[in-house]
Amino acid sequence: MNITVTLFAQVVAFIALIWFVHNKLWGPMNGMLEDRQKRISDGLAAAEKGKKDQELAEKKVKEELAEAKKQAAEIVSLAQKRSNEIVDEAKVSARAEADRIIVAANAEIKQEINRAKEALRKEVSAIAVVGASKILNKEIDAKAHANLLNDLAAQI
Amino acid sequence: MSASESSSGNETVEYIQHHLTNLCVGDCDPITHKAAGFWALHVDTLFFSFALAALIVLVSIRLGKNLQPDSPGWFQNLIETIVEFVQTQVRDTFPGHNPLIAPLALTIFLWVWLMNFMDLIPVDLIPVIGSFLGIEYLKVVPTTDLNTTLAMSLTVFGLILYYNFKVKGPIGYLKMFLFHPFGKFFVPVNIVMTAIEEIAKPLSLALRLFGNLFAGELVFLLIALIGGGAAIGAGLLLLVPAQIALDFAWLIFHLLVITLQAFIFMVLTIVYLGMAHTDADAH
Repeated sequence: MNITVTLFAQVVAFIALIWFVHNKLWGPMNGMLEDRQKRISDGLAAAEKGKKDQELAEKKVKEELAEAKKQAAEIVSLAQKRSNEIVDEAKVSARAEADRIIVAANAEIKQEINRAKEALRKEVSAIAVVGASKILNKEIDAKAHANLLNDLAAQI
Repeated sequence: MSASESSSGNETVEYIQHHLTNLCVGDCDPITHKAAGFWALHVDTLFFSFALAALIVLVSIRLGKNLQPDSPGWFQNLIETIVEFVQTQVRDTFPGHNPLIAPLALTIFLWVWLMNFMDLIPVDLIPVIGSFLGIEYLKVVPTTDLNTTLAMSLTVFGLILYYNFKVKGPIGYLKMFLFHPFGKFFVPVNIVMTAIEEIAKPLSLALRLFGNLFAGELVFLLIALIGGGAAIGAGLLLLVPAQIALDFAWLIFHLLVITLQAFIFMVLTIVYLGMAHTDADAH
């Protein structure tokens, strides 16, 4: 056995090497590995969160879309209702107008008839006077027989 | 015939002896060149182990300064793999948390593996280069020097003692000596058993590594002798290919051995320190 002072030199070298490996290799390497591990797990968590967010957003979009569809349907039905109402109103007002026109026309017709009757009365009395005078060959004073003539005209 | 055999036998012994002698400086025997006393330095052991330690340090500093978290190169990947492998070992075997254990294990694994790897360099290459430079004796593999392995195992032993005192407390540690493993009625037996157990830890660590690498080196030397022993002629045609084939086979096998030995040294260190960290009652 030749154990010599070499042993102690080797002990010192070993301890120094442990120190160096601890500080120059293990420290940075371990730090980097831990850092990388953390970043990977963070990235995965972020991806997971993003996926969840997307799912939520999709769900929300679906909801909003459904809501919008519902609203649109409501609006359409409302518009239809309104248009029906308008048409009904128009019908009612048209009918009223028509009635009014008919009433007016009737009134005008009555007036015309009255006017024609009046004219006819006048004509009749005139014709009666002329006819009578022809028959009698003499002139009849219209004024004198005004009552008679009026009665005649009223009978027509 | 017998004379030539004995002379060739002497040459073989000399060749092996020469290869197994350290480059000794200081208190050395002038004839055998072995260390004669305590104050002798094995310069080759120190040189190669320090050079490999320096390699680790330089590579560590270079790598540690430009670590690429997102696009690691092949070398960073390799070191990351080793670091994570060591981390896994520590996590699996070591109870509790101690930030020193993993770097210690990594250091042991890297350094022991690199020093063992010197065994795979052809046995005569570096000594021949050394002889051109005027260096007569050169033992390349630092782990075939008991000084190296014992230095590492004693450092580990120092840590075992330190953590035993720190975690169990002096009284707890003393209790372990008194009442372990046979209970309180066998106190003298317990003291002897526990003392042997504790001392066996550094010794087995050091001697296992030393023995494996020493034997491996010896086999390389014996294989190297096959071709060299043959005279010029027909023998070369047979022996040189045999030597190459055997050398290659042993090289492959030894690559496993050096890795395994580095791994065992590392794992046992973790286990011993883990035992030092557990309480006496759980022990």
